[in-house]
Amino acid sequence: RNSQQADIKYLSGWKKWKKTHSKSLKKILTEAKGLSSYLVLWQHDIHSIEGRFGTAIQSYFSFLRFLVLLNFIIFILMFSFITLPTIISNYGIFNSTTAKISSKDIEYNCTIYEPNGNKGLVYFYTYLQDLLSGTGFLEVTSLFYGYYTVDDVWISVMRYNLPLAYLLSAFAYLALSLIWIIKRSVEGFQQSLVHDADPFQSYCNKVFAGWDFCITDPDAARLKHRSLKYELQMDLEEERLKQKIADRTIKENLRIYSLRILINIIVIAILSGCFYSIYRVTVFSQEKSSVSIRNYTRTDSIETVQYLPSIVITLANFIGPLIFSLLIGFEDYLPAFEIIVTLMRCVFLRLANIGVLLFSLWSQISDCAADKCEPCGYNYKLYPCWESDVGKEMYKLMIFDFIIIMSVTLFVDFPRKLLVTHCSCKAVQWCGLQEFRISDNVLEIIYGQTICWIGTFFSPLLPAIATVKYFIIFYIKKISLIHTRKPADKPIRASTSNVFFLSVLLIGLVLAFIPVGVSIASIPSSKACGPFRNFNTSWEVVPDTILGFPRGLQQFLFGLASEAFAVPFFIV
Amino acid sequence: AYKRFSELLPKEERENACSRRVPKSHILTLPELRANPFQHRICHVFSTSEAGDDSMSFEDFLDMLSVFSDSATSDIKSHYAFRIFDFDGDGILDRRDLEQLVNCLTGQSEESRLSSMEMEQLIENILEESDIDKDGTINLSEFQHVVSRSPDFARCGGVQQ
Repeated sequence: RNSQQADIKYLSGWKKWKKTHSKSLKKILTEAKGLSSYLVLWQHDIHSIEGRFGTAIQSYFSFLRFLVLLNFIIFILMFSFITLPTIISNYGIFNSTTAKISSKDIEYNCTIYEPNGNKGLVYFYTYLQDLLSGTGFLEVTSLFYGYYTVDDVWISVMRYNLPLAYLLSAFAYLALSLIWIIKRSVEGFQQSLVHDADPFQSYCNKVFAGWDFCITDPDAARLKHRSLKYELQMDLEEERLKQKIADRTIKENLRIYSLRILINIIVIAILSGCFYSIYRVTVFSQEKSSVSIRNYTRTDSIETVQYLPSIVITLANFIGPLIFSLLIGFEDYLPAFEIIVTLMRCVFLRLANIGVLLFSLWSQISDCAADKCEPCGYNYKLYPCWESDVGKEMYKLMIFDFIIIMSVTLFVDFPRKLLVTHCSCKAVQWCGLQEFRISDNVLEIIYGQTICWIGTFFSPLLPAIATVKYFIIFYIKKISLIHTRKPADKPIRASTSNVFFLSVLLIGLVLAFIPVGVSIASIPSSKACGPFRNFNTSWEVVPDTILGFPRGLQQFLFGLASEAFAVPFFIV
Repeated sequence: AYKRFSELLPKEERENACSRRVPKSHILTLPELRANPFQHRICHVFSTSEAGDDSMSFEDFLDMLSVFSDSATSDIKSHYAFRIFDFDGDGILDRRDLEQLVNCLTGQSEESRLSSMEMEQLIENILEESDIDKDGTINLSEFQHVVSRSPDFARCGGVQQ
C-alpha cells in the first residue's frame, strides 16, 4: 500500500484521475455482477443448497432449472408459430380468416370425427376425469392436434401456411433442444477434461489442493471433510482392487466371466418381460376405450383402465433398478464401473419402456387385418384422429408421472421422517432416513422430458405443462431434501455428474427423434382432423411447398439437398 | 479491508488500528478462517509478532488477504502454502507433516481419520508422485513443481473480499 501511495505522487494529473476511476469502475462492475445474480432464476436457492449439501446435489438442481428454461422456450416457440395464428384466425381478430380446403379424392368415411365435447348436462366428475385423461372437453381445445384443423390462415392479405409452420416448428424445437444440450455438455466436458488431466497427479492434487478456501459454513466444512476422506478412501480402495484383479488366476477369471454372462442374460430376460407386459397392457387398455362412431357415443372406460399403461410403466421403472442394483453385487466389477453399468441398465429400461408403449400404440393404429383401414391407410374406425390419441397418451403419462412424484414425497418421505424422529424402536432406526439418490432423481426427470419431447408434436401446448410441472417439482424436491433426507455418504464428483446428466438427456432426445420421425414420414396422417388432412403423410407438406416456389429457388433447394452437399454439411 | 481489520479490535483501540496487533482468538472469528482446518497454521505463518503469540498487525492482515486473493500469482500462493503445510517448520515436508496434513483434511474427530494402513498407502503414493530426488521428503521446489501441474490449486486459494 505504501509503495502504491508513493507511486501516485509521481504520476501526472491525468494518470492519477484514470487510476482512481479505474478502481471505482472495477468496484461498480463487481457490484453489478453481484446484483445480476439475483436476476437468474433460483440463484439464491441453488447457492444455499450447494453450501449445505455439496456440488453434486447442486448440479441436479441446476439441471432441473435448465429443463424449466428449455421447456419454456419450446412452449414460446410452439405457441407463437402455431397456436397464436390459429386462435387469432378462429376469432377473427386482425381481420383474419381461415381457409379449410377439402380435397375431393378423400373417402367420406375417413373424415368423420366427432369428439365428444361434453355438450349438455354432464356430471361434475366427468370434468375431473377429462382433466386427468385428456378426453372430453380437453380434447377439443388447443391442447391437442385435433384443434388445428385449418389449412391456411389469412391475416389481412398475408397468407400463413399453417401446415408448413407446424412441421417446421416441430423440427425447430428438436433442433433447438439438440443444440442447447450439446453446447452445455461441451462446456461441462471441457471442465471435466481439465479436472482429469493428469492421472499421475491425482493424490497430490487431492491432498495439496483439496481444501476449498471459500467455505465459511461449519456444516459445509464437515461435508467437505467427509467427501475428501471418502474420495481418498475410494482411490486407495480402487488401487487395491486393481492389484487384486491383476493377481487373479485363470480359473477364477473363467468363473467370473461366466457369472457375468449369466447375469446379463437374466437382465435381458427381465427387460423383455417388462416390454411384453407393457405391450399387452396397452393393447388391452386401447381396446377397452373404443369409439363407436355409429352411435355417436364414446364409451370412455374407467380411470384405472385408462391409466393402466402408465401404472405398469411406473412399476417397471421402480422395480427394475432395485433388481439391477441387487444383481450387480455378484458381478464383481470395480466400484466406479459398477455404478456406470447399473445406471446404463436403468436408463435403457426407462427409455425403452416409452418406446414399447409407442410401438404398441402404432401397431394398434396401423392394425390393418380384416380390411379395417382400407380407404384411409390407418385404422380409421377406432382412431379417426390418431395424432390426438397419441397426444392423449403422452399427456396421461406426464400427468401420472407428476402425481407419482408428488405422492411419493408426501406419503412416503414425510411419514418416514416423522416415524424416524418420534419412534425409537430398533427396526425403524435401522431403516433410517432416505438419502438423496441423485441418479434415480435425474433419470426420473429425463424420463419426463423425453415424454414431453415426443408429445409436443401431437400436443403443442405440452411444454407449458412440463414447465409448470418442473417448476413445482423444484420446490417439492428442495423441501423434501432439506427436511427429510440425510446427507449422502458417497459424494460423486460434480463435473462428471454434469456430463453424465447431459449425455443421458441427449440419449432421450435421440430416442424422441424416432417416434416423431416415423409419425411424420411413414404413418399416413389422419384425414379427419389436423393441418395435414390433405396430404398423404405429414412430410408431404414440404415437397408440396417447394414445388410452389419459383423455378430458380427450386433448383437451389434441390442442389442443397443433393448428396454432394448434404453429407459434408451434416458431418461438420 | 481496513474496516474489517478494525472491526476485529475491541472498541477502545479502534482509532489507532494501524499500529495495533489483534490477538489470535479474534482473527479466528473471521468467516473465512472459521471453518478452515488450517486456521492455526495460517495465523502462525502470517504473524510477524516477536512474542510468538501469533497476533497480527494490520500489515500482516493485508499480507494474508493479498496472498489469498485472486490476483496473487501462483508462485506466491505455492510459497505460502508450503509454509502453511510445513507443520514442524523445518523447511521440508516429511512424513509426519504429510500425516498431519491429511488428518487436517479429513476432519478433526477420531472416526474421520484414515486408518494407519490407508495413511501409509496414501503417503507412499504422494511421495511417489512428488518426491523427485527420492529422499523421502518434499522440499519447496518439488512442492512448487507438483502444484504448478495441479488444476485445482489455482481455484482453491481464492477468498472473497
